[in-house]
Formats: sequence, structure tokens, C-alpha cells
Amino acid sequence: MTSKESILAAIQANKPALLPLPEQPEFPYDSNLTEQYRQSLSLNGGEAREAKSLKEVTNHLQEHFRNSQMIVSLSEKVAGNFDVNMADDPHELEHAEVAILEGEWGVAENAAIWLPEEKLHHRALPFIAQHLIVLLKKDRLLGNMHEVYARINVEGSGYGVFIAGPSKTADIEQSLVIGAHGPRSMTVFLLD
Amino acid sequence: MKPAPTHAAAAEEFLKDSERSHWHDETLWHVRSKRDVSAQRIPEWEQLRTLASQIKDHVLSNLDNLLLQFEKNAQANGIEVLWAKDAQEHNDHVLRILEENQVRQLVKSKSILTEECGLNHFLEDKGYDVVDTDLGERIIQFNKQVPSHIVMPAIHLKKKEIGDIFHKHLGTEAGADDPKYLTEAARQHLRQKFIQAHAAITGVNFGIAETGGFVVCTNEGNADMGTHLADIHIACMGIEKLIPRAADLGVYLRLLARSATGQSITNYTSHFHRPRKGKKMYLILVDNGRTKQLGREDFRNSLKCIRCGACMNTCPIYRRSSGFSYNSTVPGPIGSILSPGMDLNKHSTLPFASTLCGSCSDVCPVKINIHEQLYKWRQVITKEGPPQTSKRWAMRFGGQVMSKPRLFDLMGKMARKSLSISPRGFVYNSFNAWGKHRELPEVPKETFKDWYRTNRNDDK
Repeated sequence: MTSKESILAAIQANKPALLPLPEQPEFPYDSNLTEQYRQSLSLNGGEAREAKSLKEVTNHLQEHFRNSQMIVSLSEKVAGNFDVNMADDPHELEHAEVAILEGEWGVAENAAIWLPEEKLHHRALPFIAQHLIVLLKKDRLLGNMHEVYARINVEGSGYGVFIAGPSKTADIEQSLVIGAHGPRSMTVFLLD
Repeated sequence: MKPAPTHAAAAEEFLKDSERSHWHDETLWHVRSKRDVSAQRIPEWEQLRTLASQIKDHVLSNLDNLLLQFEKNAQANGIEVLWAKDAQEHNDHVLRILEENQVRQLVKSKSILTEECGLNHFLEDKGYDVVDTDLGERIIQFNKQVPSHIVMPAIHLKKKEIGDIFHKHLGTEAGADDPKYLTEAARQHLRQKFIQAHAAITGVNFGIAETGGFVVCTNEGNADMGTHLADIHIACMGIEKLIPRAADLGVYLRLLARSATGQSITNYTSHFHRPRKGKKMYLILVDNGRTKQLGREDFRNSLKCIRCGACMNTCPIYRRSSGFSYNSTVPGPIGSILSPGMDLNKHSTLPFASTLCGSCSDVCPVKINIHEQLYKWRQVITKEGPPQTSKRWAMRFGGQVMSKPRLFDLMGKMARKSLSISPRGFVYNSFNAWGKHRELPEVPKETFKDWYRTNRNDDK
């Protein structure tokens, strides 16, 4: 008997009588989504800004990353200075200073932004970059996780991730430190 | 073989350092308080707990079919699925994958299952340098320890000690103990490891039967740094980690991080369905005692656990005795009901390391009746476990005395008399475990029965 067969046989011998699978719940969410998103991201160590125009994004780049050698933008709306198509292998992104991505959905309750791999070019990009900027249209904000799972197709992408803040840790005496392995900051621009 | 120390003996060791044990207690209680604040923000919290429990009820009652569905879909996605009856077979699979792909450098993110299987030691014996990349795990790996908590692996260490460990292993300045500085040093060190790694090993938080993919949650992003740079991804998953539908994640993800640390969600929640082009993804499904636990009606529910650690943070015993005192991969209340199922002799004192206050069951996001199972394990252990001679004699003696009212009165009288005249050393000695850190109550002059007789005589 293979291990698979013996495990399955043991389950059949030991499992209880079939219990029903409950229906998926719907929990309505009635807060101001933009304001709630801003608060949630702040609690996770990131910063959300409402932006009237893309000018505010470019101003932000000018202000904080003027001298950066490697800004990787996957948004057609904002220019970077490194063409991601030049990187065949994710290791070539090792020195990425800033990654600029476009989010698909945002969740107000916990600040998570859904990024399927089609929006990442390389799966490693939002992790290996020193700083992360995400652009999200306000009409892509949802209330909670149930709402977002009802709209996305997780197996449609080989990989997809909810990112809800910068890389962080509290493993040393529970002191919060931002920038464990991945981005040292996450800024989300909420666009009209 | 030397028997494992009892929980009480190991806890005594931890309690010798009262400053540390006090800090440990308060820090974990603080985490528990953050959990409360976060849970109270969700009006449907209790409904979510019920749903999470019911979904797992279904999973456990249909586990064989769901595993087959999961395997089929995962294979269609290009994931190679392997089955392991026990820890040894799991480790052998990992070794074979590493050998076949000629891997030398590997990184690993947090996986309690690989701890359970002793994977690191196994691979180190074969000459591999396994690099744990979760900061807490890297710290204890340097310090040659195992995790003392499933979510906060290095919670037993103070920053001064971590500074010393990093000074020795990473060359940080002697005496430096600023968490920010130490984390930065680990970041630089581990970034090199990520860049060089050929294979990345991760655990699995949830396997999705209907889509054949799996989800890994971290705050540091270490699982992603590892898997997206390496050619080989090996994911190790206990068979009970399955959920039927992707949409079920909506329920579990709202509960998991809130229960664990009070965060609304971990900063990274990664869904893996297919390997990167030209790369390989393996998934190992591990039994290692889980199907046996499934057959124990009273203890089956323990398999619903999503490893949030909330029961540890709230437990008055865990907080005051630390994870090591349990001598078990998963410590705390949940470990005390899981581990006796794996090895009843080794873990026979764990179900007694509880006040049965029930706080663990109250905070459990999947509503496991932990304290009731602790009580049930006690009954099993008393019948089938290793002999506890002194306890058995004491219970037999107590039973005799309490079943005979005259004898009970006489013994009471003798005890009151002798306690009031005995020298202190006669009462507080190694035979009196209760009196080790406590004073006995003052001996009353008369019993309630005597008092009643004097004061309510007319009612007779």
C-alpha cells in the first residue's frame, strides 16, 4: 500500500459522519471606505494618501527618491527609471529602490491590496524593493475580505498576494521594527 | 532512556529567573489584550468563529475526498504532490527533492510542521546548511534552541541576549541591543542568503481543495523573498490544513491575525497556485499522527487548529511557565491536547498544566473545546498513562477519608491541632508541593459544623 493509500484508508476508517459545509456569509460593511482604509494601513505601518491627481505621486517621488538609481514602475501613469523588461531574472532586481504597482482591489477593513502576478511582472518585485508605492483607484475599495474573495479568481493567477503594509517584525522583545526583509515603507495613493 | 521532565519541574526552572518570568507573563498578556481590542472591532466576530469551526467540521468529516480533490487540482496546476505517513517519510521526501535538483543552499520560512518532523536536524546531519529566515527563528537557530511560542518563537529571550547572540554570529557591536539595529543586521545577513538560495521551504497556512493552491501568511515577507528568488519551492502541509473553497479564506483571514497578535491581517498573504515559468513547486502532505487523532472522538476537534497562538497568550500557566516547559513542538493549551495523542508517555504531564479556567476555549478562533479536552486527557492518562504512584495513593487515601464522615471529622481535628503546634519546617517541606510558594491558610479555631452546633442548636 502506498502512503497515499494508507493515509486515505486511515481517514475513511476514522472520520466522523459527514457534516454540512456552511454557506458563504455576507457581512455588509458600512464605513467610509477611504477613511477606514487610511486608518487600517496606518495601523499596519503604512501610509495612505488621497491624491487628486498623479502630480502628487510624481511630487512624492521627487521629494523622497530624487537620487534613486532604480525605480521600477509598472504603472503607465508614473515613470520610473528602470525598464522591468530588462530584468530576465528576479535577482536583477536586487538593488531596486522603489517599486510602483497598480493594485487591483483594496480592503478597507485591513488595508490589504490584492496584487495578482500579472500586476507584478516578477513575483519578487514587491518584496525585494526597498520601498513600495501602490496606486489604487478609490472605486476599487471594498469593505471586507468576503467582498474581495467574491470578486477575484485566485487560481486565475499562478500567484497572487494581499499586501497590507511594509515588511515588519516584532521578534525582538515585541518591539515593532519596520523593514524586516522587504520594503521599509509602503505608501498607497488613493486616486479619484 | 531518561524520561522527559514533568511540566512542573521544567516550569520551576523557568521561574527561577523571576524578572524574566514576570516580563514574559506581562508581555503575553499585552498581546492577548490587543487581540481583544481587535476582535471587538468586528461585530460578527462570534458568527465568524462559529463558521470557522463548522467549515473545519465539514473538512474533518470529508477529509479523504477533499484531499483527493486538492491533489488533482494541484497537479493540474503543475505542483508535484507527495504524501508522507510520518516525519521520517516527510524528511526523506525533502532530502530526495534537494538531491535530485542538486540544491546546496536553502532558506526556510516558519513552519511548525517541519519543527514537528525535526527537518532541520535531519538535513544538517546530511550536510545541509538550513537557514531559517523568520527573524525570531534565526535568533533561536543561532542559539541552538527550538521555538518557545508558535507565533513568537524567541519570546523567551531578552534583547540583551539577542544582542549577544548577534554579536557572536553576525558581528554586531558588543553590547548593542537596540531592536532596530539588530533587525537591520539580520536583514543584511539574510538578504545575502535569499539571493544565494536554490530552494525555499515554507509551511502552509491553508490549502484550498477547489483550486489546488495554498496560502502562506507572514509579516516579514520572508516566505516570499525565499520562494520568488529560488528555483525550487517545497511547501510542507499537515493534512488538516485544508479548506474547501477559496472564499472560506475570507472567514479565516479575518480571524487568524486578530487572534494571534491583534493585527487586522498579516502584511503578506500569499496565494500559490503554479510555479514560476521553468521552476518547480512541490507540496508534501503529512499525516504524522493526524489520522489517529481524527479517530479519537473526544480529541478530534484539536485538528481544527489554525496555529494562531491565542490560547498560549491567554493561558495563566503558559504565561508563567514559558513554552520550553511543555517540551513539545506545539506548547501551551493546544499543544497539551495535541501532543498526548502523539506520545502519551512523553507528554503525560501536559494536560495537568492547566487550571481548567477555560480562557483558551474562549479565545480560540475555531472554537476548539480545549479545556474540556484537557480534562478528558487527564482521565485517559490516569487510566492508561505512566503510573503516578504518589498521586494514586493520595487520591485513594482522600477517597477513604471523605467517604467516612466520622473519620473525616477526626482527621480534620487532628490536622487542625497538629498544624497549629507543628514547627514550620515540619509543615513546609518537600512533601508539601502546595506550600512551596504559598502560605497555608490560618487554621480556624472551630469547624463550620462546630459553629453551627453552638449557634443554631434551637433548630434541632
